[in-house]
Amino acid sequence: MSDARTGEFDPRLFTETISSHGHGGHIGLEYHDHGVGWVELKLPWREELVGDSETGILASGPIISMMDNATSLSVWTKLGTFRPQVTLDLRVDYMRAAKPKATVYGRGECYQIKRSIAFVRGIAHDGDPDDPVAHVAGTFINLDVSAS
Amino acid sequence: MTEHDPDIESIVAMLPPFAHHMGMTVTGLEDGLPVISYDFGPGVTGRPGFLHGGALSGLLEVAAYSALRARIAQDGAKAQLKPVNVTVDFMRGGRQHRTFALGKITRLGQRVANVESVAWQLDRHKIIAAARLNFLLKREV
Repeated sequence: MSDARTGEFDPRLFTETISSHGHGGHIGLEYHDHGVGWVELKLPWREELVGDSETGILASGPIISMMDNATSLSVWTKLGTFRPQVTLDLRVDYMRAAKPKATVYGRGECYQIKRSIAFVRGIAHDGDPDDPVAHVAGTFINLDVSAS
Repeated sequence: MTEHDPDIESIVAMLPPFAHHMGMTVTGLEDGLPVISYDFGPGVTGRPGFLHGGALSGLLEVAAYSALRARIAQDGAKAQLKPVNVTVDFMRGGRQHRTFALGKITRLGQRVANVESVAWQLDRHKIIAAARLNFLLKREV
């Protein structure tokens, strides 16, 4: 899943091919933007993702899924290459509900990579990154390190 | 059992559109609290052959919400639930089996509820993921 010219890991290609066949595609996750050590995805509002029919507010589940993917991808953009990993833990603090029918953006950032563990954080927002819907923090464990 | 004990059908009716979209259903009741489950399939897949961490988190959250809604209904009360935070720990990769989750209420107070959800597959005692969730309650009097 790397850019043909630079050989660098390409989160857009990854999201549009591999992720689209699974859970990410099922909830309509899309690539939005990225740089070294960060990736922003977007989750367009859809009726079937609603958590409260009366208000039309998105469920929190799809927002966790977006943040899991955005932070996971951010590890690979920091490394510049893919390495197999799984989520060890993920914490989400909900500041407020997302605005009804608004697209929610999820920006994941990897701030430290060690041999076994990558440390990540991020925010979800619905247009203004200074007024986030949620903050997240988590860790991923590298599967290439064999247990000793 | 009380006259307010919700049955499986009424708990299913309380599930949000997102839960239905993920194929979640109520498989049974334990102490009046619902066991929520879904089948393995493309909609819950992360890396090939394994459950997606977010899809699993969604199941744990719905189990927590449903447990609280059931308990509040048992009490004959009404309350709106606002999620404050959730912390999910992933212990084992979820494989290509049906996945179950149950929320256990640690404390249900006037303003705050603390819930712990666990998820498992073939073996009830092999937990694949667990979540701690805090909710703010807006009670209707």
